[in-house]
Amino acid sequence: MAEYNKPSTIQEVDENFGQIKPNMTATMAYNESSRCLFCFDAPCVKACPTSIDIPLFIRQIYTGNITGSAKTIYDSNYFGNICGKVCPTEVLCEGSCVYTNQNEPPIEIGRLQSFSTREAIQENKQLYTTAPANGKKVAIIGAGPAGIACACELRLLGYEVHIWEAKAHASGLTIYGVAPYKITNQEALDEVEYLQKQFGFQVFYNKKAETEAHFNTLKKDYDAVFLGIGLGRTRSLGLDGENLENCVGATEFIEKFKLNPLGTFIGSRVVVIGGGNTAMDAASETARMGAEQVYLAYRRSKDSMGAYEFEYDLAKGVGVQGIFSASPVAILGKEQVEGLRFIRTEVKNGKLVNIEGSEFDIACDMVVKATGQEKQAIFVKNFGAIDTDAKGRIIVNDQFQTTDPRVFAAGDAVNGGAEVVNAAGEAKKAAKGIHKWLSNL
Amino acid sequence: MPDLSANLAGIKSPNPFWLASAPPTNSGYQVMKAFDAGWGGAVWKTLGVPVVNVSSRYGSINYKGNRMIGLNNIELITDRPLADNLREIEEVKKYFPDHAVIASLMVNTREEWHQIVKDVQNAGADGIELNFGCPHGMCERGMGSAVGQNPVALQTITSWVMEVATIPVIVKLTPNITDITEPARAAVAGGADAISLINTIQSIVGIDLDTLSPYPIVDGQSTNGGYCGPAVKPIALNMLKNCSLDPGVTVPISGIGGIETWQDAVEHILLGANNVQVCTAAMHYGFGIVREMKSGLENFMREKGFEKLDDFVGKSVEKVKTWENLNLKYKVVASIDEKKCIGCQLCYTACEDGAHQAIGLSGTDDNRVPHIIEENCVGCNLCSLVCPVEECITMVRKDDATEHKTWKERLAEGSAPTSFNDQRGGGVGHYIPEPIEALKKRK
Ligand SMILES: Cc1cc2nc3c(=O)[nH]c(=O)nc-3n(C[C@H](O)[C@H](O)[C@H](O)COP(=O)(O)OP(=O)(O)OC[C@H]3O[C@@H](n4cnc5c(N)ncnc54)[C@H](O)[C@@H]3O)c2cc1C
Ligand SMILES: Cc1cc2nc3c(=O)[nH]c(=O)nc-3n(C[C@H](O)[C@H](O)[C@H](O)COP(=O)(O)O)c2cc1C
Ligand code: SF4
Repeated sequence: MAEYNKPSTIQEVDENFGQIKPNMTATMAYNESSRCLFCFDAPCVKACPTSIDIPLFIRQIYTGNITGSAKTIYDSNYFGNICGKVCPTEVLCEGSCVYTNQNEPPIEIGRLQSFSTREAIQENKQLYTTAPANGKKVAIIGAGPAGIACACELRLLGYEVHIWEAKAHASGLTIYGVAPYKITNQEALDEVEYLQKQFGFQVFYNKKAETEAHFNTLKKDYDAVFLGIGLGRTRSLGLDGENLENCVGATEFIEKFKLNPLGTFIGSRVVVIGGGNTAMDAASETARMGAEQVYLAYRRSKDSMGAYEFEYDLAKGVGVQGIFSASPVAILGKEQVEGLRFIRTEVKNGKLVNIEGSEFDIACDMVVKATGQEKQAIFVKNFGAIDTDAKGRIIVNDQFQTTDPRVFAAGDAVNGGAEVVNAAGEAKKAAKGIHKWLSNL
Repeated sequence: MPDLSANLAGIKSPNPFWLASAPPTNSGYQVMKAFDAGWGGAVWKTLGVPVVNVSSRYGSINYKGNRMIGLNNIELITDRPLADNLREIEEVKKYFPDHAVIASLMVNTREEWHQIVKDVQNAGADGIELNFGCPHGMCERGMGSAVGQNPVALQTITSWVMEVATIPVIVKLTPNITDITEPARAAVAGGADAISLINTIQSIVGIDLDTLSPYPIVDGQSTNGGYCGPAVKPIALNMLKNCSLDPGVTVPISGIGGIETWQDAVEHILLGANNVQVCTAAMHYGFGIVREMKSGLENFMREKGFEKLDDFVGKSVEKVKTWENLNLKYKVVASIDEKKCIGCQLCYTACEDGAHQAIGLSGTDDNRVPHIIEENCVGCNLCSLVCPVEECITMVRKDDATEHKTWKERLAEGSAPTSFNDQRGGGVGHYIPEPIEALKKRK
């Protein structure tokens, strides 16, 4: 039985995708901030990939200095509001709050972070003034968290910054990937617009940079180039029937669904293949869109899933059913997906093996493959002297400089796929790396 | 970017936040660490003949979820030899020439005062603070608050110090006195360059109900201590205001007492402090707490358009009047925002039992939102103070701001009530239920 009715209007979609970290009122923020102990050498700061001075920004909320609080956050992380909502805080800052050591609920750091930064965004507080132009120019490819964070930091230092973005909007997977119950697209766009107003970087939308000729002009016309290109399409499984209608890659499905929820096909019996966070998201999303039955199929045991426990809990909470230790063998159907054949697996001598003769079929009308994204290998090849590692990740040094000294990179394209906060944090460091390199030339 | 630098009677510091003389300034190690963390100055732990302290030494008041909203201590002055302290003062000044290092002093005889003043001057201190405030232990020996409570002695000792002082001298006052302006004026008469207030307030914070020993417990017994921390701010602010208003107190003031946030500091400055000193907050949260204070002060100044501290030092003093000069025609009443109300009915019970029966209930369980009975409301604020929701109960002005009449004016024109049953009393004609109504409401 479906937990959610199939929505037929945008309002109904919104109702099915209620925010799991709703905005705090001033009273909530005050009360919650008063619980913070202002720990010395606070574990939450160490757990934050961007090392936000969390005790300080919370204390600033407590003392009514919301502008100062927002500034403390943005000084470390340009995606303050977005991260407050989409970060897996359970395994980062909040997970390390000392309150958890005595089984008390941790401080709701993410929501407090969004409280301050949202106010700054809504009131359009000018927190930064950029340095006078230093006469140098940097080209950025990709307006995702990495590209935007790098742009802000470079503008602060006085660089002219031009961004090429393949899509119609900035903020990358925050818009095209992150689950809608974490943040609305509007809020993500508002934060980027707020940053753009303060920092004044220029974005060329719907402009994919991919030809060798284009790259060569960029390298010629600009003092440095930054790559914030993220990852590629969903990897193919190489199964029979993968090309049937309604067998879709998770990132492609989520992107389409996020831009046009009512115009995207949702099966009534859905199987999502994969055990990572994207699989959990796709399962939750199809369930919230009113699918009768959603299965989450993972070839290993439940405990070896890569997804965070709270993400699996979220999916379970909306009625998703797990099928574990089962590997897909073939996608069944004539033109459209009609079912999925699995074979049971077990671990023998530390290796995952199929159990012979244990095949079974599950009837379904939609298959979502959440089995990982390809790297941007083709892109990188066209770009020239940039090396990647065995997994296709762009290789950088501690300054985020690639093997082509003029070119820097950060975010998913370098770390292989992490969170918004990692991209934002690394790209800020990359901007410093660019500045250091250009200053020493 | 506003200018945070402060100047107290010629003692300059990069910002107005000084550590008060207390354990956080016990050593050069701590003071250097504090300056590195952002503090603008430090008043060294009071120097004198080294003491012997007891164990334990502190007790505190916790309130609901918050610890140490008031701290009590029975510690004395420094227990370290003077020579060690002087050497460390010298070293700190070498590394931080622009930060303020003030030597707090407490000794007995004129000779001792002369000697120690010269010693700390030689060590390079930027100023001197005379500790006439410690209200436990030292006062039993005729020092500390024993001096602060005796304006004549205070003036005499101050003048001894002034005989040899070549750097600014601050007199630190005790709040354990009825009229703070008396010792303040005595300090001025003795020649002090500035005063600072308050030191701690005599107190007992509680009793261990198992052993029946008051805190802090020293081998089953205790003694009264000195109280400080957020709980004492209102007392400090009032004494500061009294000194600021007194025409005889002509020297600059360093504000102390209950400062934990930028707001506390700004309040001290608005009531006339040229800088502020902090002890408990640093003992609770460490030197890092100054980050919040500085950022908050800066933000406040930017939003208010103040470029330097002097732009708002004492700005609220003119807004403090004697009671008889307040406008009796000004009238506010409470207003409840129904949309914000969460239905706790604390305002109802507070007004019903503790004020003027000016809040009514719907009488049904499905509507717990109380309503104000405007004609009964005297505008006391109580409901808005107990309401747990920000901005849910606000006080709304009801008079048309055209009339102004004070008690003083009513006395002058003969319209003030004078006899026990005078019909001109404020409560005459105001709604008061009959006593028996109380029992009719019984559930
Ligand atoms: C389904 C899903 C859910 C997620 N949920 C969360 C979550 O809840 N919380 C969280 O913190 N993280 C989440 N993530 C991860 C997070 O979104 C990414 O780690 C983050 O967006 C990486 O930022 P980036 O800038 O490196 O790459 P991206 O966000 O991928 O941005 C890259 C940008 O570059 C553009 N681009 C690429 N190639 C070119 C080109 N040749 N020319 C021009 N432009 C180009 C792309 O259009 C895109 O805008 C999720 C990811 C997915 C896929
Ligand atoms: C443990 C302790 C020791 C103190 N010792 C001194 C002292 O040696 N000399 C002094 O002038 N004041 C001393 N004080 C008082 C503080 O300097 C300060 O006046 C008082 O604590 C009020 O400020 P606060 O509310 O910020 O703590 C002491 C306070 C405490 C808590
Ligand atoms: S704070 Fe604790 S550990 Fe430190 S001296 Fe006092 S009692 Fe001892």
